[in-house]
Amino acid sequence: MSEAKKLILEPIADNNPIILQVLGICSALAVTSQMKPALFMSIGLTAVCAFTCFFVSLIRNVIPSNIRIIAQMVVAAVGVILVDQALKAYAYDMSKQLSVFVGLILTNCIVLGRAEAFAMSNPPGRALLDGIGNGLGYSAILLIVAFFRELFGSGKVFGFEVMPLVTEGGWYQSNGLMLLPPSAFFLIGLIIWVVRVWKPAQVEKPEFQIHQVHRTEVL
Amino acid sequence: MALNKDSKVYTLAIALAICLAGSVLVSTAAVVLKPRQEANRALDRQVNILKVAGLYAPGIDVGEVFAERVEPQVIEFASGEVATDIDPATFDPAKYEVPLSNAEDIAGINSAPRYGLVYLVRDEQGEVSRYVLPVHGYGLWSTMYAFLALEADGSTVSSISYYQHAETPGLGGEVENPRWTSQWEGKEIYDASGDVAFSLVKGGASADNEHGVDALAGATLTSNGVTNTIRYWMSDAGYKPFLDKVTRS
Repeated sequence: MSEAKKLILEPIADNNPIILQVLGICSALAVTSQMKPALFMSIGLTAVCAFTCFFVSLIRNVIPSNIRIIAQMVVAAVGVILVDQALKAYAYDMSKQLSVFVGLILTNCIVLGRAEAFAMSNPPGRALLDGIGNGLGYSAILLIVAFFRELFGSGKVFGFEVMPLVTEGGWYQSNGLMLLPPSAFFLIGLIIWVVRVWKPAQVEKPEFQIHQVHRTEVL
Repeated sequence: MALNKDSKVYTLAIALAICLAGSVLVSTAAVVLKPRQEANRALDRQVNILKVAGLYAPGIDVGEVFAERVEPQVIEFASGEVATDIDPATFDPAKYEVPLSNAEDIAGINSAPRYGLVYLVRDEQGEVSRYVLPVHGYGLWSTMYAFLALEADGSTVSSISYYQHAETPGLGGEVENPRWTSQWEGKEIYDASGDVAFSLVKGGASADNEHGVDALAGATLTSNGVTNTIRYWMSDAGYKPFLDKVTRS
């Protein structure tokens, strides 16, 4: 039990795919201008990630090692198409809004990264939990970023007006930067900062140190 | 273990098995979910028509309003006559496609149907207040599909709505930006002699230009595609004979 808990909870704060492994940044910039698409994207990625990890782990012993990446891609692609089809059938507006980004879940490094790094060497049950955990870690960051972007960019949360905009007769002058993808970079950067202050273990060692050179040494 | 996991035969067999299993899953999902997806698409089409007709508000019963205020009609492009023998509900333009020659094909659509759907939008009194015409043409990357709504005079644009395309988001994709499409309102498609005069103007249309709308910034080819789409569909090959007929009467 505690292991299952660890597999699910660890990727959320201690080993987060976005803020520690810095994977899946691309879609984190693209779909976070509002909460709703971010939520659907999170569900989609979590589903694909869990599906892929589970099935890759199931067939991990029969995959020949020289085609293992392609085999993982095929499994992930099947998962992505299933999610895409399901969205088109049950959440048509969302699928239109997410457009290409559903398909691009396939190229999300989190999915392939977890399949290759974890699912290939662990039994299906654990791989499934790891997939869900990493999906949730991604979702957590996505929703935090989307919350701030939607709140400060359009004065809304989940489409409900919180701060009425000046353009619609309210008092809040919206922050245009928040509507543009680069703002997600700043927010993710700030989240990484906050998390590393909270958990100093995540701070990486500097790759090199600037060496203080004294005049006497040169001479 | 007798099996050599790195042999070519084994690798091929496994690759084949994985692909087969994958395709079975994917096609099952596609077949099972198809009816729902098609219902969604049909509803989306009705919503788009109501939007361009100015009848849409969130929360309305789309099917009911559509049935009450919008009348689909199948017309023959060449004559402009209403084709009474074709039922609009089951009409499939793909059945009547004829290939276009290069000279005719200014919108880059390769072939056009001999019959087309138009939607007559009626006001509260039952008078036709707008014509909603489906149009499409090639942009930079994709065929762009739109509904163009004209006022009862058959020349003044009341609105346009692009509902399906794959142009670059942020550049050509701005065809669906409401701030841009709002510029179309009140523009005239035809000039005094009845020729198509409408176009997108690179660098911005002057305020007194009644046939021009600003071209999209950074999207010359998409803008050309939009102009050509309008030129094709509003010409004699497109809806002009129909519009002439209904506005004369």
